Amino acid sequence: MFRLKKISLLLILSLLSTLSFAQEITMADAMRESGKIYVVVAVLSLVMVGLLAYLIYIDKKVSKIESEIDKK
Amino acid sequence: MKWWKVLAIVLMLYSIIGGFLIDVPRLPILHETIRNTYFHVTLWFAMMILMTISIVNSIRYLSSGDKKHDYLANETVNIGLFFGVLGLTTGMIWAQFTWGAFWVNDVKTNGTAITLLVYFAYAVLRGSVDDPQKKARLGAVYSIFAYVMLILFLWILPRITDSLHPGNGGNPAFGSYDMDNTMRMVFYPAIIGFFLLGWWLVTLRIRLKNIQDKLVEDV
Repeated sequence: MFRLKKISLLLILSLLSTLSFAQEITMADAMRESGKIYVVVAVLSLVMVGLLAYLIYIDKKVSKIESEIDKK
Repeated sequence: MKWWKVLAIVLMLYSIIGGFLIDVPRLPILHETIRNTYFHVTLWFAMMILMTISIVNSIRYLSSGDKKHDYLANETVNIGLFFGVLGLTTGMIWAQFTWGAFWVNDVKTNGTAITLLVYFAYAVLRGSVDDPQKKARLGAVYSIFAYVMLILFLWILPRITDSLHPGNGGNPAFGSYDMDNTMRMVFYPAIIGFFLLGWWLVTLRIRLKNIQDKLVEDV
């Protein structure tokens, strides 16, 4: 049973790949457009999100220390 | 989280995504590097706002003697300097590919270098005095002098002589030749974004200083 599932999955996937070669199927092509600038935008956005998240983390940490000191 | 921190995050992401994807004028020599306007020029605008906050609070400190004003004046200069160094290095990269050299002895570039040195001297001056009140008073007086130098080297001298930077040599900056309205849609939000980001760092540094003060008081 398990084996049958695997084989059928393989078949479907290979069929899909040949199909996509055979004709133009519109996929998430936005990220792969000729200039590929969207990839750079995605990377840079991720870097910015990461840095900002880190900033929020530090901000929260400082808030915590502040409240600890006020308690004393 | 405070609303302006959320605004800072939104505006920073908007200026990156919008700055890369929204159409820009097609100009010779500049080509796509015109997008640097959103990241290089805005850094300088943010620095300008921070330094202005610094001189205002320096003057307030001199009349009030409140250490709150001194911390504000000091930390805005620190973050402003950080932005300034980033602005200078990003400008060097841009210059290499549009003006032909990393350093072209442009009057504004040189003036910026001098201004940053003047402000570095502010940091050194503060670091060399131990007494906190004396440190604050000296710093406040010196920062007024530093701001005058900044106005002179960044705003007056480049307009008197000729400069490669747009908007110099007698012309007002950002005329219709330099920027169109779609560029302004990203440019102004980016300035606010960079400023708020800097302001966030300023407040964090001030809060750390306050914690340090409290720890010293307890000991």
